[in-house]
Amino acid sequence: MLEPHMATTDTNTSRELTIVQALREAIREEMYRDENVFVIGEDIRIGGSFLFTLGLHSEFGDDRVINTPISEAGFIGLSIGAAIQGMRPVVDFQYGDFVFTACDQIVQQCAKLRYMSGGQVKIPLVLQMPTGASGRGAQHANTMEGFFFGVPGIKIVTPATPYDAKGLLKSAIRDDNLVMFCVHKHLYGSKGRKLIDSSISTGHVPEDDFLIPLGQADIKHPGEHITVVANSLMLHRTMNVAAALEKEGIRVEVIDPRTLVPFDIDAVITSVQKTGRLILVEESNERSGWGAYVAAKVADKAIGFLDAPIRRLASPDVPIPFSPVLENAVVPDETRIREAILELVEFSYAR
Amino acid sequence: MDIRKPSVPEPQDLSTYDVDLLSDIYHRMFLIRLFEQRVNELFLKGIMPGTIHLSLGQEATTVGACLALQPDDMITLTHRGHGQALAKGISAKSLMAELFGKETGCCKGKGGSLHVGDMSVGALPAISIVGASSPIATGLAFASKRRKTGQIVLNFFGEGTANKGDWHEALNLAAIWKLPVIFLCENNLYGVSTHISDVMAVEYVAQRAPAYGMPGVTIYGNDPIIVYEEVRKAAERARNGGGPMLVESLTYRRGGHKRDDPATYRPVEEVEAWFKTDPVPAFRARLLADSRFDEARVTAIEHHVVGILEEAVEFAFSSREPSVEAALEDVYA
Repeated sequence: MLEPHMATTDTNTSRELTIVQALREAIREEMYRDENVFVIGEDIRIGGSFLFTLGLHSEFGDDRVINTPISEAGFIGLSIGAAIQGMRPVVDFQYGDFVFTACDQIVQQCAKLRYMSGGQVKIPLVLQMPTGASGRGAQHANTMEGFFFGVPGIKIVTPATPYDAKGLLKSAIRDDNLVMFCVHKHLYGSKGRKLIDSSISTGHVPEDDFLIPLGQADIKHPGEHITVVANSLMLHRTMNVAAALEKEGIRVEVIDPRTLVPFDIDAVITSVQKTGRLILVEESNERSGWGAYVAAKVADKAIGFLDAPIRRLASPDVPIPFSPVLENAVVPDETRIREAILELVEFSYAR
Repeated sequence: MDIRKPSVPEPQDLSTYDVDLLSDIYHRMFLIRLFEQRVNELFLKGIMPGTIHLSLGQEATTVGACLALQPDDMITLTHRGHGQALAKGISAKSLMAELFGKETGCCKGKGGSLHVGDMSVGALPAISIVGASSPIATGLAFASKRRKTGQIVLNFFGEGTANKGDWHEALNLAAIWKLPVIFLCENNLYGVSTHISDVMAVEYVAQRAPAYGMPGVTIYGNDPIIVYEEVRKAAERARNGGGPMLVESLTYRRGGHKRDDPATYRPVEEVEAWFKTDPVPAFRARLLADSRFDEARVTAIEHHVVGILEEAVEFAFSSREPSVEAALEDVYA
């Protein structure tokens, strides 16, 4: 695994964290660094739904760890106002799905106020959103990043490793814009929650104060036969497939975009120029996913390098069903990722 | 629907008020009146682009409320925001230029009539989605309390807003955290064409305040002195840590909801009764009854305002259009 940004003086190289531990460390460091940073959300005094804020209340108290009523539009709007005045709120959601009840505040207010005001205000605001399907039926399963991908004025981050989670959250908190920080529910590693089985679900995280810039993709597995761009949970599945295929002589280049907005399209084009083959894997519904945007960009900028059609794997355009059998049938899994790769590496246009 | 005619209280004696304050009240009310009339004219002639929601008739409420605040206190504005903007001190030039979408407008021409505002005078660019501004105003007040800046926030909204979820959530949050915010309802009886009595089972918006644990008061809103006094008390209370308050100011639109609305849904009897209370001439008459004012003094204020308005129109006409590159700027900080 490549870690190109691992510039560190860290000596405790054996320290392994889960994503939620890395996120907690990031928020804690930022709260000590800047007194304008505060966390707000439902039940966060006891850690929140995925234990993002576990322990923070006893350390920072009621003024910095603000337990709210069930009132998403109210406390998102409140956070917007506080951010306009120079504070840096981090809003914790039990489920990312709940931001729909506050969509006007996010899409119509937060994402547009800077633009409509001719640049008079800035709104540094982070929404910490657990996303994706996890056996809870349709209303607690939205892939929020796909839904908001088309809204100007929002930045979207989808970390997939503990190292990235820490560096990206710190950058998000220091960013002067609305940042949706979407973490798949199977990636947190919170106590009592299912954690995906993959080689990167826990990992070394330096104790240092390090940042990962928003808009910079990362090559998680180098290869030259085919490029697979995958984010969040789909990255883990792709990494498992890539490791298995490596033993069969197929070297897959796996790119983690890490942030969807801004999207590091150059990293994808550079890789495609090398491999000539491209698969885009995401959990979003196919119609609204980021893969459509990336496919169009690559077709526009690098179609001459392609030796095969661009393939997308995404969830079909249906709500997420409850039955584990049906959920697995909808969300791209390792079998389908593997089949797509095998099919595409062998593809050749008939002459 | 009910017909709700105004109940006009006996006007207070103005002699205890400073001449400068009284002059300022009239100056701002008269400026709003002339500004809105001119906007209407420019719009009907097809010279001004976009759409407009005029605040004619509501001048006493916006001016009384804003003058009761300190200059660095903040307001949030509504879709009917020109009067609120001028009352808080946005220059007529930058406001008029904004309505024309010019580069010199208060929002560089990217906001327009529905989003006017100027942070340098404490006016957050207007949020024209009904109800959405109340949580944000509450957040401005939250920051003020946390950082002990002493600022308070006044959230303008209409009576129709009181049926929106965002508004209810905001009042609850402001009350539980005792935030320094005044919820100022400009109750002009109509949400577009719908009368308040058709959409609320209580008579007044302020009756809802106790349910959130904050005081609420309903006042006659076409007298700027009444509004000024009530908001001043609410502001002092908020500044001293007393928390939020709801002030409901009863007023009336002189026109329709927007440019193409003749407002024929309003009963003639109601319209006539309210039009007799027109706040601008009513306050003018009261000034003339005060021994410190005379016709010359009042006329001087009016001439001054005419000059400001002419200058604003000229400024807007002569200002440059924004560069097309500006369309791609300020999406992100």
